[in-house]
Amino acid sequence: MTAATVDGSPAAAPEQKPKLVAFFDRIDAYNNLLLPVLAIVSALIVGAFIIGLTDIDRLKEGDIGGILTTIKDAYVALPTGALGSLRGISETIVSATPLILAGLCFAVAARSGLFNIGATGQMFAGGMASVWVGFTMDGPGIVQVPLALLAGIVAGGLWGGIVGLLKARTGAHEVITTIMTNYIAGLLTLWLLKTEAFQQPGKDNPVSKTVSDKGRLPELFFWSDDPSLRAHWGFLVALAGAVFMWWLFERSKIGFELRTFGSNADAARYAGMKPATLTTLAMFIAGGLAGLGGATQIIGTQGYATESFAGSIGFDAIAVALLGRNKPVGIVFAAFLFGILEAGGRKMQLETDIPLDVVLVLRALIVLFIAAPALTRLIWRLKSEGSTSVLQFRGWGA
Amino acid sequence: MRKTKRFAALALTASLFVVAACGDDEEESTSTEAPAATEAPAATEAPAATEAPAEGGAVSACEVTDVGGVDDKGFNQSAYAGLQQAEADLGAEINLLESASDADYAPNIQAFVDEGCDVIITVGFLLGGATAAAAIANPDQQFAIIDSDANDDAGTPDDFADDVNLENVRALNFATDEPSFIAGYLAAGMSETGKVATYGGINIPPVTIFMTGFLNGVNYYNEQKGTAVEVLGWDGTEGSFAGNFESLDDGKKLAQGFADEGADIIFPVAGPVGLGSSAYAKEVGGIRIIGVDVDMYVSNDKEKEVYLTSVLKNIDAAVFDTVKNVSESGDAGDDYVGTFANGGVGIADYHDQAGDVPDELKAEIEELIAMFTAGEMKAS
Repeated sequence: MTAATVDGSPAAAPEQKPKLVAFFDRIDAYNNLLLPVLAIVSALIVGAFIIGLTDIDRLKEGDIGGILTTIKDAYVALPTGALGSLRGISETIVSATPLILAGLCFAVAARSGLFNIGATGQMFAGGMASVWVGFTMDGPGIVQVPLALLAGIVAGGLWGGIVGLLKARTGAHEVITTIMTNYIAGLLTLWLLKTEAFQQPGKDNPVSKTVSDKGRLPELFFWSDDPSLRAHWGFLVALAGAVFMWWLFERSKIGFELRTFGSNADAARYAGMKPATLTTLAMFIAGGLAGLGGATQIIGTQGYATESFAGSIGFDAIAVALLGRNKPVGIVFAAFLFGILEAGGRKMQLETDIPLDVVLVLRALIVLFIAAPALTRLIWRLKSEGSTSVLQFRGWGA
Repeated sequence: MRKTKRFAALALTASLFVVAACGDDEEESTSTEAPAATEAPAATEAPAATEAPAEGGAVSACEVTDVGGVDDKGFNQSAYAGLQQAEADLGAEINLLESASDADYAPNIQAFVDEGCDVIITVGFLLGGATAAAAIANPDQQFAIIDSDANDDAGTPDDFADDVNLENVRALNFATDEPSFIAGYLAAGMSETGKVATYGGINIPPVTIFMTGFLNGVNYYNEQKGTAVEVLGWDGTEGSFAGNFESLDDGKKLAQGFADEGADIIFPVAGPVGLGSSAYAKEVGGIRIIGVDVDMYVSNDKEKEVYLTSVLKNIDAAVFDTVKNVSESGDAGDDYVGTFANGGVGIADYHDQAGDVPDELKAEIEELIAMFTAGEMKAS
């Protein structure tokens, strides 16, 4: 990300513009805040049409009032389901936790000029390493939990590092290698879960041994004895990850080099930085963050590994990172938004007749509008920026 | 002018997504079809855990699907049909939560516990762990689970090997190896290439029980007739699996692979994945498909001509029976195993392909069914 997109462009031509926009123009964080908000609003408006149009029965009867009630119910259920109760908040946090870490993974690579879509595979690597620590050790927790997290970081980091090394040494493009390492990690996980070392004794299906109680991340709401409040300290770990990323890029020398390398590889090389080392390092750090995400999922949320514990988190995380504009704070908020959509989507299904597919479409719409800032600008008649590119990646073979 | 442009952009996006949303199947309305008249308005409802269930004696029954979704033309849909019957006949209040991934199982079940459902029906073996955990945490809540006994002390997904029997969970299991055996016998008798095939969604007992029954049926035919019909895709321990219950594309590829190897009858045991095989069979012709769980000639109308028959797992009847028990006594009832004898499993009509099946084979099939019903025959 370049400085131009961060600061906005205050020196725009004073053409005729609506009052609302003129107002937002004066806000410093204009580009970082307004666009995502407008994207969400646009998505909700289009989503309302979709909810209405898929409600075929009412549509046939011409029951417009009923449709409007459904839309209202849906949009009320969304925030109340996610934030209206302690359990809702807990579920939002449970969903957001791995998304923050996987989103950071994408962002660290992106700001180093790499398009890492391998978070899924890196989560698998980290999760499997941490589950192994989790079921072989039996406390004390103060040793075992950090060790399991560390195992997740190292395994995920190595898995990502391989991609970085391949890129640095052979020029293999990271998009292809990360897709392939995702497959390898997924199938390797499935195979491992069938081996005697990992598989739960007496089971036929691929499921790992259970992490010992002492090895689980403590509950976040420890004062409550309600077992359904599933949020765990993995959330704090994720926040620590965000702080780490901020420190890395804003305060550390390595981060400065990564950032320079990310925005202009030639300049970085000219300045005496080592591209091969930086590429590998960036992918190691990114993979480590995703691996940590896998670890929190295992020793926090689930307590055991299945062949699909990474789910679609690795890919949702790309959207989270884009939505958060590759900044740690932005990613935390974006992951929360996704968590809200997930926890609230459940309530939405429960309270209305809206099928799950439409809930998922709504989520996709938000991402679409965010990923297409030009479309959002067009709809809301915002002036265009000089540089509209949110991300800058080097081309093939560069 | 800008205004029209903006509107056009919105309309375009909207229409794009409507097409995307409706495009994949027009039967989507299954879940929206449920009459909403009985539903309480959402806005006034506080999400408190202690909220009273349905007033006025109406029983409330809630279903959590697995990732196949309620429109899978398979067991999720079949269970929901049981609930819809309960709604019509018993005045039950029914509700549904679909799961997008296996991370949704536990929170979906919890959401229904909070809603105060009288009975929560979890569909599928994969929900065993989450159901067991919820049943242990909420001993007063009634549950029923399909294809699992949810009896587990570790809180992990369960198989049929038992640990603890949970009083508040009614296990609904089905001896699907019986009708699959019949299907295998029929397939062996109908195959012209001497090769038939089966594949599963994932390698778990409630899937492989079908495949084993099918294999044994083919082998039984070979024993009886001295033939050597070959089964592709399952040898009793290892075989072909899609690895999921969602991808129609995988179903198509698997069917194509089996067809290339010479199989002319395919028995997919993979929920919606099997629909991909049906689509392929319709496309190329000359391949017969055996449906699974429900009579797919009826449920998958647009490819009905490819179905030789279907192996029936009458989940709807078992679910209805469970809701009925709860409405009468508050208890879901004792564990249930569906067989030919109690009508819990069955074999569908040949429909359009009845003319292709020789009368002699039909008679043998009838005889086999009678033997199963009388308990004189074992499928595995």
